[in-house]
Amino acid sequence: MQGQWLYIGLFLIIGIIVPIIPLLASRFLAPHKPNPIKQSTYECGIETVGESWVQFKSQYYIFALVFLVFDVETVFLFPWAITLGKLTIFAVIEGIIFILILLAGLSFAWRKGMLEWA
Amino acid sequence: MTFWNDPINLISEWLRGIFMGWGMAANLAMVITNIIGIFVIILFAMAIAIFLVWVERKVVARFQDRLGPNRIGPFGLFQPFADIVKLIIKEDITPEGADKLIFNMAPVISLASVILIWAVVPLASQIYGVDINVAVLYLVAAGAFGTLSVIMAGWSSNNKYALIGAFRMVATMISYEIPMVVALLIPTIIAGTMSLKEISNAQNGIWFAFLSPLGLLLFVISAIAELGRSPFDLNEAESEIVAGFHIEYTGMKFGLFYAGELLHAFTFGGFMAVFFFGGYGGFFGLEKLAAFSWLSNPFIQMVVFLIKALIGYWVIMWIKYSMPRIRIDHMLAFNWKFLTPLAFVLLMMTALLDKLLAPTNFYVSGMFISNLLFAWIVIEILRSRSKQERAHDIEHAEPVELAAHH
Repeated sequence: MQGQWLYIGLFLIIGIIVPIIPLLASRFLAPHKPNPIKQSTYECGIETVGESWVQFKSQYYIFALVFLVFDVETVFLFPWAITLGKLTIFAVIEGIIFILILLAGLSFAWRKGMLEWA
Repeated sequence: MTFWNDPINLISEWLRGIFMGWGMAANLAMVITNIIGIFVIILFAMAIAIFLVWVERKVVARFQDRLGPNRIGPFGLFQPFADIVKLIIKEDITPEGADKLIFNMAPVISLASVILIWAVVPLASQIYGVDINVAVLYLVAAGAFGTLSVIMAGWSSNNKYALIGAFRMVATMISYEIPMVVALLIPTIIAGTMSLKEISNAQNGIWFAFLSPLGLLLFVISAIAELGRSPFDLNEAESEIVAGFHIEYTGMKFGLFYAGELLHAFTFGGFMAVFFFGGYGGFFGLEKLAAFSWLSNPFIQMVVFLIKALIGYWVIMWIKYSMPRIRIDHMLAFNWKFLTPLAFVLLMMTALLDKLLAPTNFYVSGMFISNLLFAWIVIEILRSRSKQERAHDIEHAEPVELAAHH
């Protein structure tokens, strides 16, 4: 099994190197003539107004938080899913109770209006 | 093992023999053989990406009642090569004030995250990168890399619209990861393993698409949202924020984003095939007959897998070019208020029925009918909700002034 993860490690390294090759080719083959107008920020042809790093709408943070809770839950559900065949029905009921507790969390977030707007 | 039965192992044994014949240690020989194999897989994935550029442009053209590229090569087949040459020789403009390191890393990581997934894709029963026993979890993790690259691109571009596009895109991608992972849990429960090869083998009797059509639907919808393709492509809303998070990217960097997106879509078509349509096998037991034993040949299996993946990719393209874009708040509401509860209830139902019906004869029909019943119940709930809303609107409607009055 170590051999398998060594393979994945090598894959990661080579997978990051391979997309860099066309970029290197581009560096040698493409012209490089920067001038201030070319490098100005694009805003459909007009001058930009104000800071580029706009204020972050806080609702995104709430969605990320809810996502975090459910993502951790799904990671916990993976071992349950694999061994379901070998366990008794009590294990299925236990897993269902776990999911129900977290669905209660989702319904709490829903009722409190945390899932409104985007 | 002959070449026709077991090509990859044969070639790797031969290479290792050569390297050890030169006096290398066994471990080093294995590492170098692995590296050669990795290059072969990555080049295969890139070749598919190049082919997909042509497929995409021809298909979108036909959907829009026009011809598509047909000048370069027969049927325009060499168009992608022309595209690659064009992108490489275009100037690479970095906007002022951009965060140079992250700006340069983002497209590389975006394409790398898709290439990483190809390590576990089973093209045939003997042709794959590795067969790790946590392949499903690895898939989700490698896909999350791509999400990171989106926010890196948007943030470092020093452009408001890139940043807003990146926020929206990342909010969509992470939201739809939940129903996608739950939809992936359903074949995992039915097959009892996370390894993709085992899941493909478990479908030799019957496809999981028949055991859990709702799971298939859930996976397709969330996969399309994960990919950032229409109707969920708020990020690339050409009429709204030009090109979203990759506004400021020129030349080959944009090419990497584009190729990454197409390859990602094809890879998800491949996963539709692996998880729900039998992967490289799934011939309903036909390959056990003597007349059809050639169906177990790895090369035939690879062709079957690629055809199924192309059909999955076709469905994704079909949806993309037929449906209008969905607004961001509708997208997120659809996910958190409809898909996520639906996904979890479906998961609970599947787990319960899998356990109860496994020893009986009613497994296939039980699962299928339960899915249909569940879909019917959901549709009834939606219908009653919308009827209530319509009644509410009719009661509380305010008279609208006619504009022509003035």
